[in-house]
Amino acid sequence: MAKTTSIKKTSNTFSENGHGNGNAVESKRVEVLKTYKIYIGGQFPRTESGRYYVPVNKSGKKLANVCLSSRKDFRDAMESARGAFGGWSARAAFNRGQILYRMAEMLEGRKAQFIDELIQQDSTPAQAETEVNLAIDRLIYYAGWCDKYQQIFSAVNPVASSHFNFSVPEPTGVIAIIAPQSDSLLGLVSVIAPVIAGGNTCVVLGSFDKPLCCVTFAEVLNSSDLPGGVVNILTGKPSELASWFAEHMDVNAVVYCEKDEATQKMFKEKSALNVKRVVLYDKVNWYSDAGQSPYFINDSQEIKTTWHPIENIGGGGSKY
Amino acid sequence: MIAEKTKMIIPDFRLSPGVDQVGVEERAARVTRRSIKKESKLNGLLLALNMIDLTTLEGKDTDGKVKQLCYKAQHLHDAYPGLPTVAAICVYPSMVKVAKQALGNSGVKVASVATAFPSGQAPRDVKIRDTKYAVANGADEVDMVLSRGKFLMGEYNYVFDEIAAIKEACGDARLKVILETGELGSYDKVRRASDIAMYAGADFIKTSTGKISPAATLPVTLVMLEAIRDFYYATGKMIAMKPAGGISKSKLALHYLVMLKEVLGEAWMNNEWFRFGASSLANDLLMQIVKEKTGLYQSKDYFSID
Repeated sequence: MAKTTSIKKTSNTFSENGHGNGNAVESKRVEVLKTYKIYIGGQFPRTESGRYYVPVNKSGKKLANVCLSSRKDFRDAMESARGAFGGWSARAAFNRGQILYRMAEMLEGRKAQFIDELIQQDSTPAQAETEVNLAIDRLIYYAGWCDKYQQIFSAVNPVASSHFNFSVPEPTGVIAIIAPQSDSLLGLVSVIAPVIAGGNTCVVLGSFDKPLCCVTFAEVLNSSDLPGGVVNILTGKPSELASWFAEHMDVNAVVYCEKDEATQKMFKEKSALNVKRVVLYDKVNWYSDAGQSPYFINDSQEIKTTWHPIENIGGGGSKY
Repeated sequence: MIAEKTKMIIPDFRLSPGVDQVGVEERAARVTRRSIKKESKLNGLLLALNMIDLTTLEGKDTDGKVKQLCYKAQHLHDAYPGLPTVAAICVYPSMVKVAKQALGNSGVKVASVATAFPSGQAPRDVKIRDTKYAVANGADEVDMVLSRGKFLMGEYNYVFDEIAAIKEACGDARLKVILETGELGSYDKVRRASDIAMYAGADFIKTSTGKISPAATLPVTLVMLEAIRDFYYATGKMIAMKPAGGISKSKLALHYLVMLKEVLGEAWMNNEWFRFGASSLANDLLMQIVKEKTGLYQSKDYFSID
């Protein structure tokens, strides 16, 4: 009884150590661990399947309990991505740029957390810092392109009839992405940013071995004015989900970044079902200058060509 | 028929049983946890499809729109032959003739709302003429609305007599009584309104017009199904049920079927005794049916727009 009173005098916090050995002064707080959940429609549900896995880093440390998403999580994510497509693609391009910029701001504000997670996932401190900085810069880069790529990829086409003929890029729709497995933050940002900059919505499967950053990145998205459903992030096994990505009739394009030829072939074959576009980024070095360009935006755009009859509109006979 | 009526003892509706709200909601929530997979799921989806009253009740309805809906009723998704048709088309009285003509002898019935739908705020003779007009134009079923105002004022005799009068005006057409549960305010009142409607001669009791939110919910449907069961025990007469409004997903439709099976049993599991009032449910069911058959998640792009 006396012992308890002495603890109360020395410490305001409860302590496991304190009660056991009377070492009350060094009261150690029990850390509250984060539950790494998936991100669907602006919410953070657990996987519908109730399954999880425990990724381990090179030194054998367990990183976290991470959701092992199922095909039904993918189906749910697809539904919210489809639901968000109308609103997101109709936004002013400038506004999309503002939101991407906001995402960069939020990422900058949580830089330390991302560096810490990357270090846990076997990066050196220097590597981690470079990766986070590049990821922030990449968001800024694509934020700038949001209202500019249209001019680059549009064209007025010469035609042999009395028509004004022009082509403009339009978003393809819902893009299913298997993010790069090795560069778990930079790769993720590099595949998401051009897709949403172009007005598409997406479902992304993050890195299997290094899943911490993609869940934390979802928290960045959630505080960036990005409407729920525009980006949906799952964690899990690519080999388990890839064929569902390729087969889903409501997916308009798939993005795959690994060199695995069998999977590439599977994507190409199954995508024929509804003529999805298959985009392969297996040769891209996300750290190099070639890791960012408006052509990445163009990969998830469709070109619409309009034939507009020409009439004389000016008194002087001027045409369009 | 007359003999049966004289046998029936009309109870005092003030004494309709009260409903345990918490119990009903818990019971209704329990059916949402049943897992229906594979073959049972496919059969459930097909059954639900066959129970749909495909509905268009808009001020902007045109002959063209009704004809298009009638075509859809008979050709739900021609890419997959062998699908059932829906049970009926539900339209305003002015569209009955068009619908009847468009459906021909396809077996799809024509249901018409009547009695100053959706408010029901009209004199009785107007309501009777509305009903007779629909029936004369060929309606197989009439969906009338309960006079909620009178009901809430406690004028149960008025409500009872009105339903009985409309039933008489229906002739051979089956009568559905819409309680508009979203306006009644409590499960007790839903139960009482169900009892009044059934004793007054309703062939169906129906939750909602679809114009008021909340429309059909699982708990409200449970209260009505239990009223039907009690009525069946008391009189030996089967009454059909139609939840309407707000049911647009296959999963929810399956929950309703589970509830129907558990409360009323096999005899009610067909479109003679149970209907869904819905418009967008049909497409979702079709998408799930095709998913079950092909193993591929489907896209709205490949199904009809309405």
